[in-house]
Amino acid sequence: MGFIRSYRLRLLRKRWRIRAFRKRRELRPVADRTKAIKKNDIIVFSTLRNERVRLSYFLRYYRDLGVSHFIMVDNNSDDGSREFLADQPDVTLFSTSHSYKRSRFGVDWLNWLQMKYAHGHWSLVVDVDEFFVYPFCDTRPLRALTDWLDASSIRSFGAMLLDMYPKGPINAEPYRAGQNPMEIASWFDAGNYTIERNKKFGNLWIQGGPRARMFFRDKPELAPALNKTPLVKWDRSYVYASSTHMLLPRGLNLVYDEWGGEKTSGCLLHAKFLNTFSEKAEEELRRGQHYSASVEYKAYAAALEDSPVIWTRWSEKYINWRQLEILGLMSKGNWA
Amino acid sequence: MTVGIVMLTHGDLARSSEVARYWATSGCPVVIHVDKRVEQKPYAAFVQSLSDLDNVLFSKRHRCEWGAWSLVQASQTASELILREFKDIQHVYLASGTCLPLRPVSELVQYLEERPRTDFIESATTNDVPWTVGGLDEERFTLRFPFSWRRHRKLFDGYVKLQRRIGVKRRIPMGLVPHMGSQWWCLTRHTLSAILEDPQRDLFDKYFSKVWIPDESYYQTLARLYSHKIESRSLTLSKFDFQGKPHIFYDDHLQLLRRSDCFVARKIWPDANMLYDVFLHQNEADTKRAAPTPSKIDRIFSKAIDRRTKGRAGLVMQSRHPNHNWENGMTCAPYGVVQGLTELFHDFEPWLSRACEAEVHGHLFSPTGVEFLGDQDTYGGCLYNSLEARDYNPKAFLRNLIWNTRGKTQCFQFGPDDTQDITWMMAGDPNASISIVSGAWAVPLFNSNRNFSELRKEAARLQKIEAEHIKILTSHYSKARVNIWTMAEFIEAPMEPLQTIIDSMGARSKRRLTEAPRMVDLTGFGQFLQNLKNQGMHPYLMGDFPVGNDPKPNTPKRRKPYLVK
Repeated sequence: MGFIRSYRLRLLRKRWRIRAFRKRRELRPVADRTKAIKKNDIIVFSTLRNERVRLSYFLRYYRDLGVSHFIMVDNNSDDGSREFLADQPDVTLFSTSHSYKRSRFGVDWLNWLQMKYAHGHWSLVVDVDEFFVYPFCDTRPLRALTDWLDASSIRSFGAMLLDMYPKGPINAEPYRAGQNPMEIASWFDAGNYTIERNKKFGNLWIQGGPRARMFFRDKPELAPALNKTPLVKWDRSYVYASSTHMLLPRGLNLVYDEWGGEKTSGCLLHAKFLNTFSEKAEEELRRGQHYSASVEYKAYAAALEDSPVIWTRWSEKYINWRQLEILGLMSKGNWA
Repeated sequence: MTVGIVMLTHGDLARSSEVARYWATSGCPVVIHVDKRVEQKPYAAFVQSLSDLDNVLFSKRHRCEWGAWSLVQASQTASELILREFKDIQHVYLASGTCLPLRPVSELVQYLEERPRTDFIESATTNDVPWTVGGLDEERFTLRFPFSWRRHRKLFDGYVKLQRRIGVKRRIPMGLVPHMGSQWWCLTRHTLSAILEDPQRDLFDKYFSKVWIPDESYYQTLARLYSHKIESRSLTLSKFDFQGKPHIFYDDHLQLLRRSDCFVARKIWPDANMLYDVFLHQNEADTKRAAPTPSKIDRIFSKAIDRRTKGRAGLVMQSRHPNHNWENGMTCAPYGVVQGLTELFHDFEPWLSRACEAEVHGHLFSPTGVEFLGDQDTYGGCLYNSLEARDYNPKAFLRNLIWNTRGKTQCFQFGPDDTQDITWMMAGDPNASISIVSGAWAVPLFNSNRNFSELRKEAARLQKIEAEHIKILTSHYSKARVNIWTMAEFIEAPMEPLQTIIDSMGARSKRRLTEAPRMVDLTGFGQFLQNLKNQGMHPYLMGDFPVGNDPKPNTPKRRKPYLVK
């Protein structure tokens, strides 16, 4: 890594910070409870649009892990998500009607909010359909993990996106508010992932899973990225570069070991494929607010016409984090 | 007679207070040293919380820093105070604020009473301990370390380098033999007071104050001068990870700790409520517990270190992406690659899977399809039969296949027409056993009904690819087990090579081969090769096939198995 390249990345980081700073005007506080954030609180950040049905389980899941504050951006929901969130005692809600796409898919908004509120905190950036699983998450709260990361001088923690799907057609079983989505979408692909290193940012680029298998069969290079680094001991100088896939400074992307060992890592269970999905896909396609000319959603819409079954006889049924660790999707590393 | 506890604490005072109270109410005097970096207000509250106990005292506070002399000073002042104030103390136990007693105090007291002259302190000479961090062992005692390792790493490293270059060395005071060990000890009054009241103490202190991590060597070295009997182990259970940082215990370690048979454990996560509840409020009755299995803790933590430093062989995942040559195993299990046999035999794949209990796939890397076992669309781990996805990252495809099917030997067909991108990977992989009948690719050409000029071109192409493939596999880079027969050689006596192939796959069948697969009809093959030669294309990989002397298709005649005894 030459001096010039690292200086370029520095400039890039500055540019994104300025961009985030300018985008702050697009956010309007609906319920500001940031005064209640205590010194060591773990904060969840999230952007959403029309996710009312998912919200109650989402909040409960993360509250149970020990998250004490949520900072959320509502992008123009009209299904009551905003009202619901505004009533929650531990949610700080911002709302915006500006373009999701032009805020680089919400990254600018969250970068700003993190800059302002997450400095010195452990910050977890997840979508409302992503459920964070880490080693020992059934017996140790999230704080145990962050304390251990602090003690080990680790600033960022990787968690790969694991797409979950139901056994039958996606629309077969409707999702009820408050229900654990993994009761319906309890299956996943265990071992069809490809990993490449991104030379510029130093992160890994992971592709594969059911989305690549179903929707990008012939164009695997277009399949969505699954690598994520959602949990970071935030400093106001950090920025997410693209979704939560990569960060700057690039040292934060080194969540993997290069010398044969395994670092500790988790998974984000991605409960995207519920009955809400087809509706969502159509709507998102109409809005055209997604990554790379919404190529992903175009692929979905085409395939969803005939209500496909994602399940195969080789799919694995989710049991717990230990199963994921045995399958090699995540690792305990040296946390014992 | 009793045990005095010297407790060093710097954070989470609530837990420290709880533990101190436990010690004190169980009859052990406690002297607490609180790091000076703790602010006045919480400190006052902490003192207040223990003010009702008259056998808890607080010593003069020092500003402590990891690896620095101040930690020794802290334990010195506290030890002096405890020896002075509590005359009936026989042993002094050094503990930290995150230590948790695992067995009732009475058991500890009794244990120590039975060993009134024994000092429990881990103490080994520098040559004998492998667990130094930062590569400094002997040099801890011969160099100077005025800079903080944590805060000024560059200065620290630079100064060490400078001293090495110049060659300065400190003289170790007369009579001292440097020893190191865990900083958590339990010393007798006799030894401890001898150390603290030594007429040369000023000299020793001055020396040790510039040693690196003196809390791991000060008492460990000096105890050797005065102790009647040193038992070189710590009574505190403390496990260190590969960076020399202590492992932390959580609620889910409860059963492990119960069965560890140790008196005190550290470090306990301050929010491990269940551990504190169980161990601080246990009844004597609970202590009649299951047989102690202290080795289990060792196993768990050494496995954790292995996972972090070596990882699981053949696994590439989000937090393990080894650089080239650091894979520690390209794949996770042995697998077989067979080249040229499907071309020679009818129904070779079913035959092979019968013979060796492996899962035998077709040409996984064929340009026309991913031929999984039984023509399935998907296979283990949801690998799927898309050519584009396979060719997007063929190495990952192979590695994933072997990983996903752990426990079942995999075997697949390969040939010069297939994607060759995995050749180097297979060649470098000791798990691969590759069996090649060279030149067999000519058989389908021979049987096909294409124009001869086309065939000639194709033959030349395939021969070139296979020659290159064989060259790689037989180069000195190759770590795979490779068996190569020319087609002529093979046809002469196929049973022996077939047996070798099956044996090399590792999946052992119970019996030796009795049934051979049926070979395709090769009448006229020699002439075919001669025709190629006549056209100027020289097919050499298949060995010598004399014209007219056609190999007979081997009818499934039962060969007598022969045994070598």
